[in-house]
Amino acid sequence: MTNPTLAAGPVERHLRARRDTGRGLLMPYVTGGITPGWTDYLRAFVAAGADAIEVGLPFSDPTLDGVTIQQAGDTALARGASTRRILADLAGIPEPGVPLVASTYYNLVLHDGSEAFCAALRRAGVSGLIVPDLPLHEADELAEAAAAAGIELALLASPSTPEPRLAEISRRSRGFVYAVSLMGTTGERAALAASAAELTARIRRGTDRPVLLGFGISTPDQAREAGRHADGVVVGAAVMRRVLDGAGPDDLRAFLATLRRALDQECDAPR
Amino acid sequence: MPYVSPWREPVPSEGTMGEPRARGRFGEYGGRYAPESLVEACREVEAAFREAWADPGFRGALAELLTLHAGRPTPLTPARRLSQELGVRLYLKREDLAHTGSHKINNVLGQALLAARMGRRRLIAETGAGQHGVAAATAAALLGLEATVFMGERDMERQALNVFRMRMLGAEVVPVTTGSRTLKDATSEAMRHWVGVTGDSHYCVGSVVGPDPYPWMVREFQRVIGDEARAQCAAELRTGVPDHVVACVGGGSNAAGTFAGFADTPARLTGVEAEGAAGAARGRPGVLHGSHSLFLQDDDGQITPAHSIAAGLDYPGVGPEHAHLRGLGRARYVTVTDDEAAGAAIRLARTEGIVPALESAHALAWVIRAAGDGELAAGSTVMMTLSGRGDKDISTLKELL
Ligand SMILES: Cc1ncc(COP(=O)(O)O)c(C=O)c1O
Repeated sequence: MTNPTLAAGPVERHLRARRDTGRGLLMPYVTGGITPGWTDYLRAFVAAGADAIEVGLPFSDPTLDGVTIQQAGDTALARGASTRRILADLAGIPEPGVPLVASTYYNLVLHDGSEAFCAALRRAGVSGLIVPDLPLHEADELAEAAAAAGIELALLASPSTPEPRLAEISRRSRGFVYAVSLMGTTGERAALAASAAELTARIRRGTDRPVLLGFGISTPDQAREAGRHADGVVVGAAVMRRVLDGAGPDDLRAFLATLRRALDQECDAPR
Repeated sequence: MPYVSPWREPVPSEGTMGEPRARGRFGEYGGRYAPESLVEACREVEAAFREAWADPGFRGALAELLTLHAGRPTPLTPARRLSQELGVRLYLKREDLAHTGSHKINNVLGQALLAARMGRRRLIAETGAGQHGVAAATAAALLGLEATVFMGERDMERQALNVFRMRMLGAEVVPVTTGSRTLKDATSEAMRHWVGVTGDSHYCVGSVVGPDPYPWMVREFQRVIGDEARAQCAAELRTGVPDHVVACVGGGSNAAGTFAGFADTPARLTGVEAEGAAGAARGRPGVLHGSHSLFLQDDDGQITPAHSIAAGLDYPGVGPEHAHLRGLGRARYVTVTDDEAAGAAIRLARTEGIVPALESAHALAWVIRAAGDGELAAGSTVMMTLSGRGDKDISTLKELL
């Protein structure tokens, strides 16, 4: 068997290294262009202990997002946000110290063309990419362009993904495997879905690539529980609801610090 | 300026409008760009449809419903007085006479039967004009299924009659308040909802859009329009085949079903879009709602809202097979304005005693214009699908009269 870490790119190497110290991974999400000084949120996320940051490039028709991230996208677009402007903003900030992972819908990739899109990400200092409406069987072209540009295209796995396909997703995913915790859209939920543990366990049977659980994770308790199953969590709607309610970088830093502590406690606990 | 995409000569017809290629491709268009959580559900629909469509029992049950419940076959009516005025021989395929008042019932009976066969107990649908929603609610009632219909708030206002009809039929109508509050947003919302209920609900897509297998499946369920019209033309016309076949295009289901019956004939196929919603005529390649097709977009790749007086055409894209037919030059796509469509509706009412849906009036508006400017040669035969009746549009038309 080949050693997967040899082929791994910087995002995956970074996440593996941190995971291997016993740390639960935290990847907060922010919608690019949501406020005039939106890149300040990135600094706050890092200060709170983020291990990677997901930056959403807003799309007019986000068919996999719930109301909060829809609203965040609409707000950013109404402010004039675009792929070009968001990437220009990112290019203008000091190296954040953790990998930046762009997420967007496939239309925005196609609009620029896969190669040009990935090259632009690269120039802006982005090293990972998530495209939730681009499933495995349609991903060949973008996966190739991303690999050529040094961008790690992370694929999503869902509770409904059947077995041979799940193994293929784990194998072809780069950076990490994005485990969608539940059958639903993004958005805060009262509890971690039962499907999260089972899906994570199934993914783990086929790969030791980092597995991040996303969709619905919004509280320290949920992060702690998610950390018991996966290598880490993605937190989107819980962040963006606060941003939409006017929370600034310091408020978000305080909120994410509570998730950081929860993940750290979980890792200290005996297994 | 109204837009006209070109036909190419000679007309290529071999194999067009057959089964899509692997992975649901019509040429370069189509595909299954669904979130991972919907991929398995799409695969199940495809497997069930393939099996059902090859099963004479399923075909027979559908044919019986179409006859006994929906009133098929619908007539092919010569529009005598209007033909005389226009100088062409115009025939109308009367989908307005199908049960619930439009062609949407053809697709919905097929999908509802399929859903029941798959053991689903609920239909989810999006609707613009409300005709697909009414049809879905009707089929659900007929087969003992539940129905949940997503409809943009703006469309609920302008198609209030259909909202009432759906509720009367026992469906739940969910207002969609996001985006342009029209068909595009209702479709997004229906997809979001489906992700959470794939186990017991079938997403009954209302046009030839969406992830594979929907564009193909919906066209097959609508091909009854074209197959009937083909046979009726063969019986009625000296030439057997009309010179021109015309239909309006929103997502493109009545046009796809109509064209499918004539794809292998020399008939010229024309799809008529609303000037402000011309996905096929003016869209650029993109991916939305599960397929790679043509969509109206701005310079940043954001989908731009469509605008049409006809709620059922108010969609910024077009089904992938139309994008392909356009690319081949087998069909061409033209646009007409709101005013032309409204004028055509009134003209048909007064010459033929038929009040058409505003969607269908678009097709007629182009026939009127093309007969006037000589694009339709004098004396040529035109088979136009009249996709629905105009009752739902009375309040819109009242403001214009
Ligand atoms: C009467 C009628 N015609 C046409 C359409 C447009 O749909 P399609 O292009 O799928 O036939 C609609 C949609 O609501 C409709 O109600």
